[in-house]
Amino acid sequence: MKLLSFLQSVEMADTMRSEGKIYVVVAGLVIIVTGFLAYLFLLDRKVTKLEKEVNNLK
Amino acid sequence: MRKYWWKFLGAGLLLFSVIFGFLGETPRREILNETIRMVYFHVPMWFSMMALMISSLVYSVRYLQKGNIRDDIYASQFAAVSIIFGILGFLTGMLWGNFTWGDWLPKDPKLIAVEVGLLIYSAYFILRGSFDDEQRRGRLSAIYNIFAFASFMPLVWILPRLTDSLHPGNGGNPAFGSDMDIKMRMIFYPAVLGWIIIGTWIASLRIRLKLINETINE
Repeated sequence: MKLLSFLQSVEMADTMRSEGKIYVVVAGLVIIVTGFLAYLFLLDRKVTKLEKEVNNLK
Repeated sequence: MRKYWWKFLGAGLLLFSVIFGFLGETPRREILNETIRMVYFHVPMWFSMMALMISSLVYSVRYLQKGNIRDDIYASQFAAVSIIFGILGFLTGMLWGNFTWGDWLPKDPKLIAVEVGLLIYSAYFILRGSFDDEQRRGRLSAIYNIFAFASFMPLVWILPRLTDSLHPGNGGNPAFGSDMDIKMRMIFYPAVLGWIIIGTWIASLRIRLKLINETINE
């Protein structure tokens, strides 16, 4: 019990977590990171296309 | 057809680290509080930078052995992406330090060493830009790259450990190992691996574009 109260004296974002608001933040980040990664894939495909074109010219 | 599986792996690991980096449990630590989660994002930047710098070094050595211009392109593009990760690591470190040490840029051996180290690496690109002949450029910049790597490593990873530093892992300060429990490690290591893969991916795109450029010029 003593240990527990000591541990809880270190301030953490407990309220934000208990209200579930943290999921909003995480969902936002997931959207951004997924978008960023999808864009990277798109660029990758474009480079592959370019490689094929250049190799056909040779 | 290029193999995409490792790119999906990197993307998956990155998403995993972003989700559980915020939802996972962390130990309650004085001063650090919730900022302990910065470990999942700040430290992988440096790990990725290191991985890319080592790749760059390997290709520089290979270039000096074989004189193939492709190796020079690989070395330069890996170095370019590694600097980006270094700058991101530095900026996130400043932000974190402001809330735990109370200063954006304390005069700390670790920080000064990294500043000098990144400047040494920037000189690599200035050197590259100053040659027209590609074989000469390749040779001299490969030698400089080896020098830059050989000075960066002791400067950033060894010297700050010999003196006092605010940064964890230096001057008698415990490294993150003692602040992280097993639950944090389960997120930290995937994050490191994920970012290394993403960094390699970005570098590979740059290399391929450069190679296309090279073929067109021929």
